[in-house]
Amino acid sequence: MSGPPIGSARASGAAGPDAPAASRQRRAIAFALLLAGAAVLIASAFLLSPFRLFQLTLAAGYAVAILGLNLVTGYNGQISLGHGAFYAAGAYTTAILMTHFDWPFWATLPVAGLASGALGYAVGFPALRLGGFYLALTTFSLAVAVPQILKHRAIEDWTGGVQGLFIAKPDPPAFLPIEADQWLYLTTLAISAALFLAAWNLVRGRIGRAMRAIRDHPVAAEAMGMDLAAVKTRTFAAGAALTGLAGALGAVAVEFVAPDSFTVMLSITLFVGMVVGGAASIGGAVVGGLFIVFVPNLAESISKAAPGAIYGVLLILLLFVLPGGAAGIGRLAVARLWRRDGGR
Amino acid sequence: MPNRRSLIAAAAGVAAAPLSPWRRAEARSTTPGVTATEIRIGNTNAYSGPASAYAVISRCHAAFFRMVNEQGGIGGRQIVFLSYDDGYSPPRAVEQVRRLVEQDGVAFLFNTLGTPSNSAIVRYVNQRRVPHLFVASGADKWGDYRQTPWTIGWQPSYRTEAQVYAKHMLDRNPDARLALLYQNDDFGKDYIAGVRDVLGDRFDRVVRAASHEVTDATVDSQVISLQASGADALLTATTPKFAAQAIRKVHDIGWRPLHFLTSVSVSVASVMQPAGPEKGIGIITAAYNKDPTDPAWDNDPGMNEWRAFMRRHMPGADTTDINYVYAYGVALTLMQVLRQCGTDFSRQNIMRQATGLRDLEIPTLLPGIRINTAPDNYHPIRQMQLQRWDGTTWRRFGEVIEGTRV
Repeated sequence: MSGPPIGSARASGAAGPDAPAASRQRRAIAFALLLAGAAVLIASAFLLSPFRLFQLTLAAGYAVAILGLNLVTGYNGQISLGHGAFYAAGAYTTAILMTHFDWPFWATLPVAGLASGALGYAVGFPALRLGGFYLALTTFSLAVAVPQILKHRAIEDWTGGVQGLFIAKPDPPAFLPIEADQWLYLTTLAISAALFLAAWNLVRGRIGRAMRAIRDHPVAAEAMGMDLAAVKTRTFAAGAALTGLAGALGAVAVEFVAPDSFTVMLSITLFVGMVVGGAASIGGAVVGGLFIVFVPNLAESISKAAPGAIYGVLLILLLFVLPGGAAGIGRLAVARLWRRDGGR
Repeated sequence: MPNRRSLIAAAAGVAAAPLSPWRRAEARSTTPGVTATEIRIGNTNAYSGPASAYAVISRCHAAFFRMVNEQGGIGGRQIVFLSYDDGYSPPRAVEQVRRLVEQDGVAFLFNTLGTPSNSAIVRYVNQRRVPHLFVASGADKWGDYRQTPWTIGWQPSYRTEAQVYAKHMLDRNPDARLALLYQNDDFGKDYIAGVRDVLGDRFDRVVRAASHEVTDATVDSQVISLQASGADALLTATTPKFAAQAIRKVHDIGWRPLHFLTSVSVSVASVMQPAGPEKGIGIITAAYNKDPTDPAWDNDPGMNEWRAFMRRHMPGADTTDINYVYAYGVALTLMQVLRQCGTDFSRQNIMRQATGLRDLEIPTLLPGIRINTAPDNYHPIRQMQLQRWDGTTWRRFGEVIEGTRV
């Protein structure tokens, strides 16, 4: 999938300035890999069955959600166990705009991102005073509360209460001879790629360095003149906006939203996906998204008696084999390859 | 190193080549999942997650269809029963049902578990016209033959149950006034609808309703305000924790109404014991399955048939679990549908036969209960028998009562 190409692109971006020729060559290889990955992903739309495309569409959505969580937790060190709430906010924003106001899907996306970003900004404030475990619990309580808030009588006319809302996935434009599943897959892929690019751009620049500095040593970062409060709340808002957009993508893929779709398990699942992919890794989020969709099915195919136990065993095995998540092994592989290249 | 142009060319070549997997499935005119030798049935259940206690239902189905296959199958065909885990999560239910319908090509879905999961898939299966038979959920909406003609329930819906209580209340005292404590969701509101079905215009005069949220800490204040309304009957339509609270509070404030309790919250271990077994004496609920722990059925031929099945095909399973009785009953109902299909296993005919059951008797249902369906009746079981708590167990009494037809 696109994990390795993006990972290697990141590595080439971080390469030292002392070897311009080698760096240029690496960049070219990374670009070629990225292009090949994109070609494979686009070709999949025509080679895979509608059901497999649906699964990949879901995985792309979850990957973006994990990316949002990764900004906050991986890069900025603020543990969030409540990103399912932002996912739900985005999903419901899109669903409500599409069912009650007949908005087209694409038009709801910016609103979904803004709405969940605003929610994230608001949640970011307590995050200033609460660190570590306390922040984890605060966000966790948000995740617990969301399904029940969605059922509340005051907003039931909008949210559909327990019944939830049905939405229809967008039809492909008339001039394209493709099915709705293919169209949605390609759209989701394009949007996810843009969001990944934006996030990658963010973390490798000045703001990304500030985020990491605050994570690693807040006192030193403050002494250097960084505005901790601003960076933290804005990171939270950006992460929430990404996860909200993911929620919008997921909602239209499933064509249904209901409070039971966004239980606290969703937040935990996103967290698991982030750790499996690798905290503070852009490419790792892709692996995390694939993990969320495919590993439970794998666990079930091994044993129907206790799929949860199998899932747990798989998870432990994975963390044992890949302590740094998928990104850890990716970085190791890239580093080895470069070294061999350099020695030649 | 490959250059950019060659890569693009390769990508374009791959992209343009085969469009075939998309068209192949549509080309066949026969029913998906039905061949000369087999018939494929799809199912989802919560094998993992909070509702995994219900997974025994699908395990029981798998054993049941193995037995059917050993006995020669149905219409000369072997049954292939595919059941996947949805973890009680609506998005995963959509994923697994799409896998069953599109990937595995099942002929129809059978006894998919849970109100949230079925709500997520009901539109998809109706758009695709896939029979969605005998949904494992007590919500009344599965009987909506106009909106969702490919979906049909099985067990008495909560609304039917409420009709039974309201009928019994009026039998006892035509001038009774009813207090209704309900959980503010689909489940609770089905009870309001059922009581309204029976009372009609009198509803507003006779009924005083109070709701609570699942998030509430207690229902004490609701119980007190309902007592103050002067009602002499009470229907408690809420989940186990709140039911136990309500039973205790009603007793402690000295209120002695004719107390009906939803069949969802009749567990001895999680409701009656915590409430205090003596505080619930006289409470009435309704049942439709034979309870495997009830000594009255020790020598019952119907339950002996079920026990023989359990011994042979599910050795080691907990035979006090009523979910196995439920599963056996619903699987027998499906077998009747498939027998009625004869040789025509088209989706239309499967649906026609599922909605054409006449006075079907199932050995695990209480005596007198018969399954009836019609193109305008998607509620297979409409009858229940009342039972009363005597401080240690539930005792059935009276005749089977039929819900009203709406």
